[in-house]
Amino acid sequence: MTDNTNAISLVDRRRFLKLAGVSSSGLILGATLPNFQPAWADIAGTAAKDKSAAPLNLFVSIAKDNTVSIVCHRSEMGQGIRTGLPQVVADELEADWDLVEVVQGLGDKRYGNQNTDGSRSIRNFYTTMRTMGASARTMLEQAAAQLWSVPASECQARKHRVHHSASSRSASFGELAELAATQKVPAEDTLVLKTPANFNYIGKPVATYDTPAIVQGKGVFGQDVILEDMLIASIERAPVLGSKVASVDDSAARKISGVVAIENMDGGIEPPLFHPLAGVAVLATNTWAAMKARKALNIQWTDTSHASHDSAPFIETLKQRVQQPGKVVTKYGDVASSLASAANKHSATYSVPYLAHASMEPPSATAVVKDDHCEIWACVQVPQATQQHVANALGLTPEQIKVNVTLLGGGFGRKSKPDFAVEAALLAKKMQRPVKVVWSREDDIRHDYFHAAAASHFEAAMDDDGQVTGWQQRTAFPTISGTFANGVEHPSNGELSLGFADIPFDIAHRQCETAPAEYEARIGWLRSVSNIQNAFGVCSFADELAHLRNRKPDEFLLELIGEDRHIDPNQGNFEYGNHGASLKDFPLDTARLKQVLAATAEKADLSQKGDHVQKAGEGWGIAVHRSFLSYVGIATKVAVENGRVAIKEMHCVADVGLAVNPDRVESQMEGSMVFGLSLALMGGINMEKGAVTNSNFHDYPLLRMQQSPKMSVTLMGTEHAPAGVGEPGVPPVAPSITNAIFAACGERIRDLPVNKHLQLA
Amino acid sequence: MELTINGKVHQVDVDDDTPLLWALRDELKMTGTKFGCGAGLCGACTIHINGNPARACLTPIAAAKGAKITTIEGLSDTGDHPLQQAWVKHNVPQCGYCQSGQLMSAAALLANNPTPSEKEIDSAMSGNLCRCGTYPRIKAAIQDAVQYYNASEQQEKQGGE
Ligand code: FES
Ligand code: FES
Repeated sequence: MTDNTNAISLVDRRRFLKLAGVSSSGLILGATLPNFQPAWADIAGTAAKDKSAAPLNLFVSIAKDNTVSIVCHRSEMGQGIRTGLPQVVADELEADWDLVEVVQGLGDKRYGNQNTDGSRSIRNFYTTMRTMGASARTMLEQAAAQLWSVPASECQARKHRVHHSASSRSASFGELAELAATQKVPAEDTLVLKTPANFNYIGKPVATYDTPAIVQGKGVFGQDVILEDMLIASIERAPVLGSKVASVDDSAARKISGVVAIENMDGGIEPPLFHPLAGVAVLATNTWAAMKARKALNIQWTDTSHASHDSAPFIETLKQRVQQPGKVVTKYGDVASSLASAANKHSATYSVPYLAHASMEPPSATAVVKDDHCEIWACVQVPQATQQHVANALGLTPEQIKVNVTLLGGGFGRKSKPDFAVEAALLAKKMQRPVKVVWSREDDIRHDYFHAAAASHFEAAMDDDGQVTGWQQRTAFPTISGTFANGVEHPSNGELSLGFADIPFDIAHRQCETAPAEYEARIGWLRSVSNIQNAFGVCSFADELAHLRNRKPDEFLLELIGEDRHIDPNQGNFEYGNHGASLKDFPLDTARLKQVLAATAEKADLSQKGDHVQKAGEGWGIAVHRSFLSYVGIATKVAVENGRVAIKEMHCVADVGLAVNPDRVESQMEGSMVFGLSLALMGGINMEKGAVTNSNFHDYPLLRMQQSPKMSVTLMGTEHAPAGVGEPGVPPVAPSITNAIFAACGERIRDLPVNKHLQLA
Repeated sequence: MELTINGKVHQVDVDDDTPLLWALRDELKMTGTKFGCGAGLCGACTIHINGNPARACLTPIAAAKGAKITTIEGLSDTGDHPLQQAWVKHNVPQCGYCQSGQLMSAAALLANNPTPSEKEIDSAMSGNLCRCGTYPRIKAAIQDAVQYYNASEQQEKQGGE
């Protein structure tokens, strides 16, 4: 029936495809009216408390008791998305937020992309959510019109009721729901979206939906899933990439009470993808028994080529390589001759170590496998990829895998890799019993998909007036592409689009190059990805030049950025990613960057010029960076006394466009500052003979409350379209700190973390 | 073995060396107390034993025998402990995973010291990690709850006069 075609969905699909730049296969967002679809019934039925709630579209159903159930199809990991997206729907729907129930969407391709990553839940689904709300609102109005035999144009939804003012009649959403569900789905071009002046919730600090449950310990995370008759699995995994189990003596482990089975896990596959690592799983009736028995295993591992990897000399090697000519990525003018003929030159080399995500909740997944069906409960950022990878491992199709997304106790990119869900599925199949795989903290730190260790090198040519005339930068780090293909040694365009090939400086002669780096451990996305090393290098080097020229860092940066303009990094022979968005919709706008820079500088007392204020031992540092289509500046004040550094203050200025929920944007910026402080001050994964030597929070420390400085967040640019929030706060943090340390004591820290050079107060 | 948790006596049938954390989570299905490190380093598993904060991951059930154990589920009946209210007011949690432990540490602090200085708050909370970075809000919420406590104490005093 063509009548059933959901026009909204088709439009969404086209827009989605355009935004994400992906092929059309497998991405159909509710192409038919949901209420005739068994799959929809399944979704509504499993989650909405009232099973008889009437579905108005893929995201909205309304029960007789007035409860409006709104699906959140993205994973909640602390960014507040279970509040932000439903709050947009509720606004357009004219629903009363107090009557909204948020329903976590299963993994289902009809929702479109569910990969909760790239700081894109709001920016990619803002309009979709408004449309879903407006469509449901229109159907309620149509239902009222039918009920009262009046034109729909005279019926108006307001605060959870539809009103007909001419006859002073009104009906609640709950009363109209059933009839509304039978209405024709309005064509998208007939929908009238609300004007911003009439927004009830968009742009307002709506309280986080899950907070009341969380403060009572009632939030259900991946680790908290309990099924009848469930076994707990604790897995000893291969310490080195590519290694497999050579032999195992499990005689002692089997004697521990509670142990039910000990199973070998196949693995050692390269490229690693999201395959489980090789290992030995202990399955027991409780977690403690599984953990205890695991310690009693005696396992010999096969040798692999990665067993000679030591991270400290590796970083030194990368630092050497980036000082040699590399592979050209972008080219403007003639940087070689500008350097050769320069009156003044400066160069510097920077490094960032491997980093672990260390989300507070270690990964965990629970699975049941019956015949040709598998059900998973897991703290994953990627429910559809989980369906796919579990299906591959079990020899089933993705449609046969049902993925329930729990709350995530932090994600930061780690939980984009569903290897732990595949482990649970394989073990559940073997045991023919529900199995929960519990990762320990040690497992999490040792078997992460790490942020790549990276080196970068910069050279600048300056004329007699101190103008920068030439800029050469080169980077080397093991690429995330190595997780998906063997033998890749240069970063991808995607990684180079994160603050490397798109530096916003107006310099005539400019060249970006890469040098090779071997893939020796699993590498993955970590909150803001290669923006971390790129912003650290670029913002540090610019600060070095400012001090060399005896200039105020903010004024010098303003000059480097140059005129107000839209930069197109595709010039210079580069294919620029722009975080999946078009440059037309989301230009790289130097005016916005400069506004953020100026506001950031205002927070800092940058009165000192190049001659840092050594006597006082206090200093300010700033850094600004555009990523995920947002512009963020950080100003940091430090004090250095007797070789000990204390972070005194940190201020964030963020232009993320429209902040759908300003309170959650602020909290993400606060969190980004703390995340950036941890990585800058004390972050670092060390590998010896291919194995991680860190194990828990004593040797992979995170910032603690007493180290957390006084901080502030200022939002600006809210007249622009919503851009990324979860990640863009992180990149400028580290360079703002090291720039401040230089201002305070004259020590330039080029190799992170800071605690390798100075003690932390 | 018998454990007294949130005023109720529970039976658990696991080895004596089993940490209270796993007795709570696996045997009693009380999952509000979280597993973050298993080594006393993160505070996610913080509970009260006879009113004092303790790490459930390092407390064998044998050591908790006969003690009065309070978990996040027992902090208040309906989520209205002054700290829980302050947490909601300041919209403290991000992912929420560390927050049971944060609240239990803060509750133990205020129970023993109703007027903590900022330094005392720092030191009482220094064992509780928050990877999401909610420290500024935790601190603000505790300070708010302190005022609430003191205000109500003040009222009680005045009422008694
Ligand atoms: S789980 Fe007990 S302190 Fe971390
Ligand atoms: S709120 Fe996520 S770890 Fe604290």
